Amino acid sequence: MEILTPRTLDEALRIKSERPGAWPIQGGTDVMVALNFDRNRPEAMLNLNEVAALRGWSRDNGALRLGSGLTYAEIEHGELRDVLPALAEASRTVGSPQIRNRGTIGGNLGTSSPAGDALPPLLVEDAEVECASVRGTRRLPLGEFVTGVKRNALEPDELITAVWLTPSEAPQTFMKVGPRNAMVIAVVSLAVSAGEELRASFGSASPRPVLVTAPREEADAFPARVAAAAAPIDDVRGSEAYRRHALRVLTHRALERVLA
Amino acid sequence: MTQTSAPGKLKVGKVGELVPRVDAPTKVKGEFAYASDLIVPGMLWGHTLRSPHAHARIRSLDISEAVSMPGVHAVLTHDDVPGKKTYGLEFPDQPVLAIDRVLYYGEAVALVAAEHPEQARRAAERIRVAYEPLEPVTDMERATEQPPLHAEGPARGHGYFDDPRPNVVRHMVIRHGDVEAVGDVSVSGVYEVGIQDQAFLGPESGLAVPDGEGGVDIYVATQWLHVDRAQVAPCLGLPLSAVRVHLAGVGGAFGGREDLSMQVHGALLALHTNRPVKIVYNREESFMGHVHRHPARIWCEHRATREGKLVNVRMRILLDGGAYASSSTAVASNAASFAAGPYEVPNALIESTAVYSNNPPCGAMRGFGAVQTCFASEAQMDKLADALGIDPIELRLLNALQPGDVLPTGQTIGGSLPIAETIRAAAALEPPPAEELPRDPVRLPGGTGNTTHGEGVRRGVGFAVGFKNIAYSEGFDDYCAARVRLLADGSAEIHCAAAEVGQGVTGVILQVARTELGIDDVRLAPGQTATVESAGSASASRMTWMAAGAVRDACRAALEEQQRRPGEEIDVERIYRHPRTTPLDPQTGQVTGERAHVAFAACAMKVVAEVDVDLGLTRIVWIGAAQDVGRAVNPQQVEGQIEGGTAQGLGLALMEEIQTRDGLITNASFTDYLIPTALDMPPVESVLIEEPEPSAPYGVKGVGEPPTVVSTAAVVGALRAATGRELTRVPVRPDDICL
Amino acid sequence: MRIVLRVNGEEHEADCWEGESLLFALREKLGFPGSKNACEQGECGSCSVLLDGTLVCACLVLAAQADGHDVTTVEGFARGGELHPVQQAFVDAGAVQCGFCTPGLVVAAADLLQRSTSPSDDEIREALSGNLCRCTGYAKIFDAVRLAGGRA
Repeated sequence: MEILTPRTLDEALRIKSERPGAWPIQGGTDVMVALNFDRNRPEAMLNLNEVAALRGWSRDNGALRLGSGLTYAEIEHGELRDVLPALAEASRTVGSPQIRNRGTIGGNLGTSSPAGDALPPLLVEDAEVECASVRGTRRLPLGEFVTGVKRNALEPDELITAVWLTPSEAPQTFMKVGPRNAMVIAVVSLAVSAGEELRASFGSASPRPVLVTAPREEADAFPARVAAAAAPIDDVRGSEAYRRHALRVLTHRALERVLA
Repeated sequence: MTQTSAPGKLKVGKVGELVPRVDAPTKVKGEFAYASDLIVPGMLWGHTLRSPHAHARIRSLDISEAVSMPGVHAVLTHDDVPGKKTYGLEFPDQPVLAIDRVLYYGEAVALVAAEHPEQARRAAERIRVAYEPLEPVTDMERATEQPPLHAEGPARGHGYFDDPRPNVVRHMVIRHGDVEAVGDVSVSGVYEVGIQDQAFLGPESGLAVPDGEGGVDIYVATQWLHVDRAQVAPCLGLPLSAVRVHLAGVGGAFGGREDLSMQVHGALLALHTNRPVKIVYNREESFMGHVHRHPARIWCEHRATREGKLVNVRMRILLDGGAYASSSTAVASNAASFAAGPYEVPNALIESTAVYSNNPPCGAMRGFGAVQTCFASEAQMDKLADALGIDPIELRLLNALQPGDVLPTGQTIGGSLPIAETIRAAAALEPPPAEELPRDPVRLPGGTGNTTHGEGVRRGVGFAVGFKNIAYSEGFDDYCAARVRLLADGSAEIHCAAAEVGQGVTGVILQVARTELGIDDVRLAPGQTATVESAGSASASRMTWMAAGAVRDACRAALEEQQRRPGEEIDVERIYRHPRTTPLDPQTGQVTGERAHVAFAACAMKVVAEVDVDLGLTRIVWIGAAQDVGRAVNPQQVEGQIEGGTAQGLGLALMEEIQTRDGLITNASFTDYLIPTALDMPPVESVLIEEPEPSAPYGVKGVGEPPTVVSTAAVVGALRAATGRELTRVPVRPDDICL
Repeated sequence: MRIVLRVNGEEHEADCWEGESLLFALREKLGFPGSKNACEQGECGSCSVLLDGTLVCACLVLAAQADGHDVTTVEGFARGGELHPVQQAFVDAGAVQCGFCTPGLVVAAADLLQRSTSPSDDEIREALSGNLCRCTGYAKIFDAVRLAGGRA
């Protein structure tokens, strides 16, 4: 195994094009578990910690650019909390304070787990994923970026560099069900917003993120519609029946919050 | 006299005083040396190759490629075990390394020693094992009809009921009074308990160092140094004197370190390579590296008079012991002994069976059989109260055991057992009033998950009481040794092999020695097998009592010796035994002498829960506990035991279960085996009931287990009150509440 | 590979296998075994350290990522013979049993109290929710944090 530590984005992209088998590592909260438990032995690790261009967030003509190295703690405690409240609520539920200090939004996208907590709130905000390589930069809608369970559209020579979105400013919330009151992987999670239309997306209930929308006047039918859009499974964390039931309850409660 | 005590001010530390732990300063600084922290020059890393199957025949085992991997110094299989090929706490039914078959997922098959753990892992990957998978025995009810996993019947000939069925580790029946007696009212139920893990934070670890003369020193996190040695030495083909076991820092135990883990493996590698070898399990391996709490299925029928007096308790208890016996025989017996709860039961028929299967091996865990039955029988008491229209606490008081009463085993309670006082003290604790809304989500069911702002939330109050035995039972020769040296400089050095597993026995030993010797300058020598006789196990809530007895006796003997030989250094060793117990009759389950258990301790608990009934999520708001502690040697430590023991029972009630599919563990990680966090544990208000145990030194009783025995039952009682659901299985899943 | 980092204010070097975590390097290569190896998957907090002043799990940091950076472990808190106030409070409140979680909790509690000297009970519980303790049921740990905060 080799460790490659670029200092600039250009250098990182050059390395990635030369060594497409290198695993990017930023916060390490997923990657290190795979290393520690001997699940994977990549030929090289591409350490992104020293690439300043991936950190933080910025505004660009009303749009927001969230660097892929933006941490959950920065979202939870900083100014973004007011701009992206559902994402901030989701960030508060991610792992432990230690994990939130280290884990990044880019990592959540790169892992592309159905349980990724940042995905539902980003999807209801129509986020796009910025993927870069020496060939150039492209943006993919989040719903197209994630192609399956832990699979995404990233090319071998690409890195996730940012997430773009224009905050809807719609009332929104995020909820996550777990069997204990902190530090859980979602049994099921839900983000809902009520702007010009009702929008919902859920976690741990389908192989890839799904956006469910409805006109505001169809709020009564929305919980059933959200539950019907899910494709949950039975696993060690929960049952298919429970997940579907919980989605109905959560959507109902979320609507009471965002339509209040 | 019954009294309650509150923490006093800090003093230097005699019996009954609140003293800070002697090991706390080094622990807070990160300087306390746990087993996994040990490093010596030239040390190799050991790694264990484990079975990916729950049941398979081993067709062939080829290590040729592995031995030539870089950094590798040894690759060992069962062929390299020079002595006895098997070991075990009760019967030697478990191979050191699998021979021609594997009986559980994670069973040790081969060992590697290498310069770096990564080299050891890579070499283990190159060991070729050809398995022929076999149908696993996974259903405890069907196990007694399936082909025997241990055809040789290792449990036969140990004085137990000789059960002809296959896969029975122990079957026992307690027949007491008229087993057909009927009452006015009867309630019945079937209850289930999942597999709980001790989940101690310090994974199994140790360092084996060859002495250059064919012997070995093993530094390990364990609960019983001498019984480790007694099992290790025969496997190594060495005399006891050539194997020295030393206590390394223990990161929690809770029963999970009674059985061997890396001891023989590390010693084999060290002797083979003539290098020190360290083995540290990771968390996944730890789930395979120790026995767990037995999963149970319990059928109950309680019969009572219209007035609420129990007439007859009939229970059938089935425990899945998994692949090897470990301490299943004693767990089965304990489950039966305490099945009816701390109540006077004139007639009882209690059947208890532990079976072999290809599920994860089970053995000792805090509460030892009494947890499972307390959950069942306290649910039954609530059901009975409901059927009779009697207040559940009144019903418990009406039936509460007291000294002079007879247990279902026929044993008359001789010592202290203030059940009614304990119930009353817990019942008198006032929970805080319900909090106003809105609240931060951390104070609602679902926690930071933000799932409710109050919608669907109902409050419930539960109550339970439970008891269990202190120390070893059924005729086991239970003793503890202590050695006292009075030195020329006026100080004293104590030797005692009692394992400090976090429970604070080090402090108990020092407090007793200071009390008896009348000096402050007392230190405890490192625990090891070579310098003092056995202390017995740090388990069964026995260590405080036994160590206190042994150290007291040795101190008194040392002072007498000093009077005879003034001015000389004194060195005396004494062995303490508690009052003798005798076995239960294998046919009737009745005592064959005065007692099968030496003493008992009880705990009563009131729990307030809030449940989001639409999502099945919970928040335990408050717990009030009253515990019969005999005499609190150190009140702060006693409270710590109550709070911590309660947390483990709460975990079993709400979230903790090792899940399996066809015998394979599917959640061997702290990501999916969940234990309570700081946001799951409520404040615990505890009252200590101090009624000295007459047969114990200083009147002490063990305090570790009773809170764990009762808290699962009490927590689920609160969930039932909040939801109106029967909730017959723990851990209670959200599905059980809202679907 | 060789890494150079500051641990508790002093520069240290170690030869590491590339796949090693910072936790392994600290414990096995650099002589700082205080941070504990309880889960190695970020679920227990026993290995909590400050990386450039930020509370992290050392098991989830690649040792190579700490190259050139500043790490504070539990061994860096006591000054001379004097315990850090958080450490002293853990001793006094009876917050230590087996102690395997204690180093991580000391670091996490000190991090909390550095941000807020009188955190509410909810804040304490949430801040420590990433540090599992199997022995104490947490009550005396909360007492210790309140005690340390009160003494500051």
